[in-house]
Amino acid sequence: MEILKPAVAGTLESSDAQVTVEPGSQGIELALTSSVMNQYGRQIKATVLETLKRLDVSNAKVTVIDKGALDCTLKARVECAVFRSCGASGGNIPWGGAVR
Amino acid sequence: MIPRPRPERFRLRRTMMFMNAQKPGLIKDAYIYGCDSIMLDLEDAVAENQKDAARFSLYHALKTIDYGDTEVIVRINGLDTPHWQEDIRVCVAGGADGIRIAKCESAQDVLTVEQAVETAEEEFAVEKGRTLLMAALESPKGILNAYEICSASERMFGVAISGGDFRKCMQTTPQRGGVDMLAARGQMLLAARAAGIQCFDTVFTDLDDEEGFQAEVLQNKAMGFDGKSLINPRQIRFVHQVFAPTEKEIIQAEKILLAYREQSAAGVGVFTVDGKMIDIAFIPGAKRTIQLAKACGMYEEGAL
Repeated sequence: MEILKPAVAGTLESSDAQVTVEPGSQGIELALTSSVMNQYGRQIKATVLETLKRLDVSNAKVTVIDKGALDCTLKARVECAVFRSCGASGGNIPWGGAVR
Repeated sequence: MIPRPRPERFRLRRTMMFMNAQKPGLIKDAYIYGCDSIMLDLEDAVAENQKDAARFSLYHALKTIDYGDTEVIVRINGLDTPHWQEDIRVCVAGGADGIRIAKCESAQDVLTVEQAVETAEEEFAVEKGRTLLMAALESPKGILNAYEICSASERMFGVAISGGDFRKCMQTTPQRGGVDMLAARGQMLLAARAAGIQCFDTVFTDLDDEEGFQAEVLQNKAMGFDGKSLINPRQIRFVHQVFAPTEKEIIQAEKILLAYREQSAAGVGVFTVDGKMIDIAFIPGAKRTIQLAKACGMYEEGAL
């Protein structure tokens, strides 16, 4: 998917993450801050990148502010932000396909 | 993915706790509270501009979190919104045990949802008929059509009244003693029993009024409800206590079932237990008592 416009998903509440995606042209530029950076920083980054790859996003600026989200929450927020940026988050989501 | 057992149409449902599907902090460990069912909410708890986000969150929660024996039901948005079809797709794809139809007013509403569920089961290769349905009656029209709603589909396991919207329609507010919803609760119970499905009462929202809450739960039990919707885990324990059978009831039920086993093997249909006449009409009630007792941890080493 191509990131068409800036979009945000998620909140700054505990156990959540706020993910912002913006159009970019130099691959994935990921900026991550996390309340559990030392323990889980690498895993969070890997999950975000994997999710973007599954959605076939190859160029984007991605900002993640993590508040201790589980992997499943991170995925949900990244996906929602990407679909929102394409104006496609409201219906016909490929559940079990690119979203899994 | 966490494999879930095939949902049972009839199971213990004393407590159904509502949770906002959009809040990861709530849904990630919802199974620890010990309620019989959790109700992940895509409807009123989720702001209009977060409906999409709630579905992504719901999908991954369903696929990732092991809710164990806790039943997982999803409340979808009303049929008068642009959201319900995608809500159904995500419920079925994620493998929810059941769907709660909000603002249900007719058998046609149930059939409309059933059709969409069937289409989704096909799309996501989910076993046909797996996804159960229940209806929430939130208007006078829903209550008046309760029987046709309750008997509209083989997937229907229960019906619930939703007090907030219903009282608004009736121009009333919660009253001590429940006179505001007496007729509606009664009519819904009649319909549910006539159709052979379960019946659940509405939430009690004033968390500071413990006495009022307890009085309502006792009344629910006395009226014959199967359980109650809840908004806070601290309400669970009291409901489970009230809906648990007494020791006397358990002993009686055990005697009836043991005697029935013996007598029916000998070809006898009517017999006495402790001087009372017992026939086949007593058996379902006795079975339900034992099932409840087992679920409440009161019957672990019994003879049945």
